[in-house]
Amino acid sequence: MSELGKYTPLTYFQLMEVSLRELLVEKGVVSDTDVDAVAADMKSRGPERGAKVVARAWTDPAFKRRLLADGTAACVELGLDVPALRLVVVENTPEVHNVIVCTLCSCYPRMLLGLPPDWYKSSNYRKRVVREPRAVLAEFGTRIPDEVAIRVHDSTADMRYMVLPMRPAGTEGWNEERLAGIVSRDAMVGVALAQAT
Amino acid sequence: MVEVKFRPGDRVKVMKAYPLGHIRTPYYIRGCTGVVERVCGAFPNPEELAQMRSGLPAQPLYRVRFVQSDVWPDYRGGRDDTLDVEIFQHWLDKAAG
Repeated sequence: MSELGKYTPLTYFQLMEVSLRELLVEKGVVSDTDVDAVAADMKSRGPERGAKVVARAWTDPAFKRRLLADGTAACVELGLDVPALRLVVVENTPEVHNVIVCTLCSCYPRMLLGLPPDWYKSSNYRKRVVREPRAVLAEFGTRIPDEVAIRVHDSTADMRYMVLPMRPAGTEGWNEERLAGIVSRDAMVGVALAQAT
Repeated sequence: MVEVKFRPGDRVKVMKAYPLGHIRTPYYIRGCTGVVERVCGAFPNPEELAQMRSGLPAQPLYRVRFVQSDVWPDYRGGRDDTLDVEIFQHWLDKAAG
C-alpha cells in the first residue's frame, strides 16, 4: 500500500484531454504524429517573435503606422504567420499605458508570444486586473504614475492584443537585434515596461 | 452578414441579460454604457458555434470603451482610466447622449 502515496491521479481536465485525444486517434480523425507536431509547433513559438515586431516598430516609423493600423498584415510583412485571428497592437505612450487580459478564459497572442504564463491564466489576475489594474501592476513592480491613464483590454472575442511598449531612453542608435533583446514577454502583455539593460 | 448598426464614437449600452450557454459578454460589463472604439469586423456568433451550428449570419463585433469608474463604483484611479471589451452587436443597444 505504500506505493499509493506516490500515485498522482490525472485531474478531471487531463483525463478529458487524454480520452478525447485517444478517441480522435482511434477514429482516424488525427494521428499521434499530428498531435505531436502541433504541440511542438506551439512550444517552438516564443516571445522573441513579438520582440522582433516591437524592435521593427521602434526603428521604422512607417512600419509602426502599419502595425497600429492592421497588426495582422504588418506581422505577415515580417514573415510571421498569424493564423486566423486578428491582431490589434496597442501603443504605450507617455499618456497611456495598456495592459491585456482575457477575463473569460486565457485568450493570448500565442502566435507572437507563445504559450501564456500561468499567472495570465490564473483567476486572480483575470479577476483583478480589470478592476484594480494599478494595484496589480504594482505587484509586478510596475508603478504607473496617476497622470498616466491605464487602458485595460479584455480579449473577449476574436481579436488578440499585443502591447507596443515605449522605447526606453538610453537605447539611441541600437540596432533591431539589440533592441529586440530588451523586449520582454511581460512588457508586451503590459505588466512591465521595456528597460534598457 | 448582419447590418452594422453602430459607428466609432456611438454611445452604446450592453444588454443586462443572463441567458444560458457560451456567452462571450462578461458578466461585469452587462448593463454598462460605453463608446464604440472600432468596428472589428463580423464573426460567426460564438453562442451558436458552441451549439455546433454555423453561427451565420456573421455578427458585427465592436470594441467598446468604458470608463473604469462607471464600471466599478469603488474604482481607484482617474476618469481617464478605461476598459476596452469586445462585444457582439446583438448584445448592444443605442444609449442616450
